Amino acid sequence: MKRPEFSFTPWLLLLPAMVLLIGFTHYPAVATIWHSFFATPKGGNPAPFVGLENYALMIDDPVFWQALTNNLWFALGTIPLSIALAILMALWVNDRLAGRGFLRLAYFTPTVLPMIAVANIWLFFYTPQYGLLEQITQALGFPSHNWLGNPDTVLGAMIVVAIWKEAGFFMIFYLAALQQISPTLAEAAGLEGASRWQYFWRVQFALLMPTTLFVLINALINSFRLVDHIFVMTKGGPNNASSLLLYYIYEVGFSFWDSAYAAALTVVLLIVLGLVAIVKFRILDRRTHYQ
Amino acid sequence: MMTSEATTPFGDRNKVLETTSAWVLGLLWLLPLVYAVWTAFHPAEFATRFSLTAPLTLQNFANAWDAAPFPRYFLNTFILVTMILAAQMVLSTMAAYAFSRYRFRGSDFVFMLVLMQLMVMPDILIVENYRTMNMLGLRDTILSIGLPYFASAFGIFLLRQTFKTVPRELDEAATVEGASALQVLWKIYVPLAKPIYLAFGLVSVSTHWNNFLWPLIVTNSVESRPLTVGLQVFSSTDQGVDWSIITAATLMTSAPLLLAFLLFQRQFVQSFMRAGIK
Repeated sequence: MKRPEFSFTPWLLLLPAMVLLIGFTHYPAVATIWHSFFATPKGGNPAPFVGLENYALMIDDPVFWQALTNNLWFALGTIPLSIALAILMALWVNDRLAGRGFLRLAYFTPTVLPMIAVANIWLFFYTPQYGLLEQITQALGFPSHNWLGNPDTVLGAMIVVAIWKEAGFFMIFYLAALQQISPTLAEAAGLEGASRWQYFWRVQFALLMPTTLFVLINALINSFRLVDHIFVMTKGGPNNASSLLLYYIYEVGFSFWDSAYAAALTVVLLIVLGLVAIVKFRILDRRTHYQ
Repeated sequence: MMTSEATTPFGDRNKVLETTSAWVLGLLWLLPLVYAVWTAFHPAEFATRFSLTAPLTLQNFANAWDAAPFPRYFLNTFILVTMILAAQMVLSTMAAYAFSRYRFRGSDFVFMLVLMQLMVMPDILIVENYRTMNMLGLRDTILSIGLPYFASAFGIFLLRQTFKTVPRELDEAATVEGASALQVLWKIYVPLAKPIYLAFGLVSVSTHWNNFLWPLIVTNSVESRPLTVGLQVFSSTDQGVDWSIITAATLMTSAPLLLAFLLFQRQFVQSFMRAGIK
């Protein structure tokens, strides 16, 4: 807007950020795709081109499919519940209930703690026989159960941790959105004889829709990006029952040192995030403009 | 406006039920943390037994502190978050200034390139970034942990939005008086964006204090490991199953952030809110 003629200034200002951005985001994304068509280099020899061999390997790899399905279940289990809880928390904290300062603190605290630290606490919580959960269930007369050691319950146990960690974070966005809603709407609804529930569904929930979409996108990305807790709690076990895609990429790339196969797996993750991006730009960015 | 009575239009019938449920959920949410505090401040034999007469102790913290090089880990994390924050502030400010003050060919395209980082973060490109760090000879340094995060799409985006609200008249007046582009940035744009810098700073520090996967991959010595990786190494290898010491170490590594959060609760929450509304 200032200079119609060509100027070097904006390019110089952008240069350092763009070099780093391209060097550590765009270049590696493209290089991942490129390297997925080669074998892992051995010794000092250059990596031979193998075409789609890594992908053929992937299709026949049951661990990959398990990690991918686990990840989908993990997303499906985490996202709706943490969003519902986040809305509930935001409504409560916004409603000036007694002790709302304390409540906001309680809900939000898990967000500021490192996932790795939180996972240690939950590991202890789930410990067979000694953990708090076992003490409670045994006091109530239930049989002992190894939550993290059983392939049927381990993913559910991880979902609980993720919900606990994330709900308070999403609450903040809802709280911000709720505070934008004029209190006159509530008064009008009250005068019209609407119940609290009707007011929530018809007015608040509808007005929160853009926030819900925004949170949904973030939650989706997080469910494919956050795997820290797996390192502490299960290492993907038992029998890969709690492995997620990024954790499997880590195992293949840095435990088995098969960088070519890890690249092919990363391409799948890139496709997933690409799909999320399309949803975001197609739906979210178009619909939020009405606000 | 009668903001303090925002819910009264619907009567007080449900208020008791709502308050009770809110508190139950709140206490439930704090339970794991309270449990960890109990274990860390009591002798090991009370780790899983609850008794009001259990003696308090700081021994678990002392043991954890001595059992691993935590002072070094604290220093590494401190250097890491400071370095990332400084780099992000400078680079994001420059880039946001370019996007908001200048019109140039290709700016939309370059901005789109920036936004792509919001979807595809360095966090998931671990294999290739590890290769790059190897090539640069930076592996196992604190710089290698921070470098991929120096350019932050989120920071550029937030500041660009803010800079766009700076009145043009202010900018033009300063330019007429002979201020250079950098002087205009420093004297007019930066001061007006102070709350955004605070918000972005809090979000950045807590994110990178907590980051784990990338530092785990790229470091393998005490000299470069941040707290999160140090805690994981400590609790998975050194301690067996002494939960009292592990929870003490866990609380210790989260303590600075937790304390900062408790002290600046309002700013924290507002920062996250501000960062969320775009």
